[in-house]
Amino acid sequence: MTAFFAILLYAATAVLVGGLAVRIRDYARTPAPLKIPTTPAPTTRGGVALRMLREVALFESLFRSNLWTWACGWLFHAGLALVLLRHLRYFVEPVWGWLAFVQPFGIYAGFAMAGGLAGLWVRRLFVARVRYISTPSDHLMIVLLLAIALSGLAMKYVAHTDVVAVKAFALGLLYFEWQPLPADGLVYVHLGLVAVLMLIFPFSKLLHAPGIFFSPTRNQVDDPREQRHLAPWAAHLDPKP
Amino acid sequence: MAADIKAPPLREYPGAPQPLVPDAMAASKPYVATDKMQQAIGFPGELTDGWQQRALGKMGELLGKYRSLKVYLDACVHCGACADKCHYFIGTGDPLNMPVARQDLMRSVYRRHFTLAGKLVPRLVGARDLTKDVLDQWYSYYNQCSECRRCSVFCPYGIDTAEITMAAKEIMDAVGLGQKYSNEIIGKVHRIGNNLGLPGPALADTLEGLEEDVKEETGADVRFPLDEKGAEVLLVTPSADFFAEPHVDSLIGYAKVFHAAGIRWTLSSHASEAGNFGLFIGNYDQLRTIALRIREAALELGVKRIVVGECGHAWRVAYSMWNTLAGIGAGGDDPFARQLQSQLDGRYKQPMHICELTWDLIQRGALKLDKEANDHRVVTFHDSCNVARASRMGDMPGGQFEIPRAIIRAVANKYVEMAPGTTHDATFCCGGGGGLLTDELLDLRVKGALPRMEALRQVADGQGVNFMATICAICKAQFTKVLPYYGFKMGMVGGVHQLVSTAIRLDASH
Repeated sequence: MTAFFAILLYAATAVLVGGLAVRIRDYARTPAPLKIPTTPAPTTRGGVALRMLREVALFESLFRSNLWTWACGWLFHAGLALVLLRHLRYFVEPVWGWLAFVQPFGIYAGFAMAGGLAGLWVRRLFVARVRYISTPSDHLMIVLLLAIALSGLAMKYVAHTDVVAVKAFALGLLYFEWQPLPADGLVYVHLGLVAVLMLIFPFSKLLHAPGIFFSPTRNQVDDPREQRHLAPWAAHLDPKP
Repeated sequence: MAADIKAPPLREYPGAPQPLVPDAMAASKPYVATDKMQQAIGFPGELTDGWQQRALGKMGELLGKYRSLKVYLDACVHCGACADKCHYFIGTGDPLNMPVARQDLMRSVYRRHFTLAGKLVPRLVGARDLTKDVLDQWYSYYNQCSECRRCSVFCPYGIDTAEITMAAKEIMDAVGLGQKYSNEIIGKVHRIGNNLGLPGPALADTLEGLEEDVKEETGADVRFPLDEKGAEVLLVTPSADFFAEPHVDSLIGYAKVFHAAGIRWTLSSHASEAGNFGLFIGNYDQLRTIALRIREAALELGVKRIVVGECGHAWRVAYSMWNTLAGIGAGGDDPFARQLQSQLDGRYKQPMHICELTWDLIQRGALKLDKEANDHRVVTFHDSCNVARASRMGDMPGGQFEIPRAIIRAVANKYVEMAPGTTHDATFCCGGGGGLLTDELLDLRVKGALPRMEALRQVADGQGVNFMATICAICKAQFTKVLPYYGFKMGMVGGVHQLVSTAIRLDASH
């Protein structure tokens, strides 16, 4: 099983990183030919950075739209961020001071993450509008994330896993000196699902993560009268000087 | 009023969710453009065999040209933030009028033909082949989007359904399935110079008549010049301003402002239209060719400033896109753009909105205003969608909200805001924008006006509002038509410069 998971996780990482790189390069190379920021919009690059920060960290637009979706969505994402930080300790030795400090928060974050996901799923199941627009993959995505969160929490609260051995396995992956993965069903489930998540990331709606940074309505500066904005393909239409 | 079209009942709690009424608007379709209209503006005349491949080819081309389209088709997570934000959904309850569902009409095809998941497991990710049924659905529902961008305000990724609607219309045009109203108008703007097809001599006649009317009313020799070389200002305004009610009252308002401030201005018969329906059909070439008329007119007449009249999408195109399309603004470096820059007066914003011009004059005390003249009116302001969410006025973000309101407060004593959540960047479209202002879509237009009518009803009953000011030709035409369906008088809507016109005091000796 150690070899199976080692190869699976390498492959998943390669697909995640490679797939995202291809996608991001594609976004970056596709021009936005017209100025289309949703106004009122910032008139400086710094202002745009701030707008993007508020959008990414606080989900500002979603907050204006719907408090329940915002609360569940933000809880899930903030929880996920802290949980990911908590997991960083599996890959560093010795553990940095600040990383040790965030460990306990990571546990609460696990519950926040699961709670947020459950709320989002309830909304998807019971609000007629949201149910109407949901595809099977939308439901499965929540199930997948929820299963990852719950299997993780189960290893902490239901059937303790040998985390020392798991860390040895993780460091082994990092340094290409494979160490045995503990024979533990929950670990298999947890890691297997994480690998699935990584594999589908670049081919699914999870592309909203890089996508938002390339969204012209949010990342453009409102200065069309002062600066001429011209896409390369549109520049060819201008009469030559 | 058409007897078979009825306004939906106003809701007791306007924020309440709508029940879904699947297929409520499935039969709503605008007339299809004839092959003549299509060919006149460079599109194939009709849908012919092999259209699927051509449509997908066009879609691939657009995905490479427009980052918005590519990112927005990928990024949606179906969270539903936009679902209840569209006025057409609120008015019709048709779930395909939820912005996300409207986008999915194209997203499903994108997934099937352009993504791995959609090729491998179409059912799982909601992917569909582009069949004739799907195309018919596109024609119906992409012609039920007014490209007002309200959904994009609330989307956590800023996904703008207007971008998808424009791409869909571009693809449909490319396979010969065009919309009559928009494409016929674009033909007219090229052939005659304006959307309404008003030829130069008729325009000159109309303007002469207006001079006489204003002389009679005020005793002042207010001029309405046409094609006057050497004028300081070229005014580009929607052609509805020349003779439609209440539009013409705003045109009179602009003329009085120029007169009072002693600014020499002119209209142009070559560019007698601010509207640019190239935007509505998402076609860059049309957008550009129509915009270039303005530059040609400005160079021809040798003006120092370009000012745009009360028109929503026209101001969006002028403010956000003229610089890109036609080098009107700073930074263009082809010979014509450079000539234009050396000709235009750099002390002023180029282009400038008529409200920016009037507000500057008011602040400088250059206009004599008698606010009491508007005392018979209790005024509210309807933010026009394209001005609110796709442009700016003045130096500060949000100037597009503040400046028109500041003008109204300067010319009228009684001003009332409509409910928050229905104004500023959360304003509701009038229901007639985006190329939908055509009679065969009247049912849709009446229903789409519901949320605005609810907000207006509140202030009409509560604070006695009897005048809704707006700065868009489409808003004015749409409200004039649909207000009676909701029990309002059609004269309730008018322009901001109509109010200015009422209040301004002219020196007859000028």
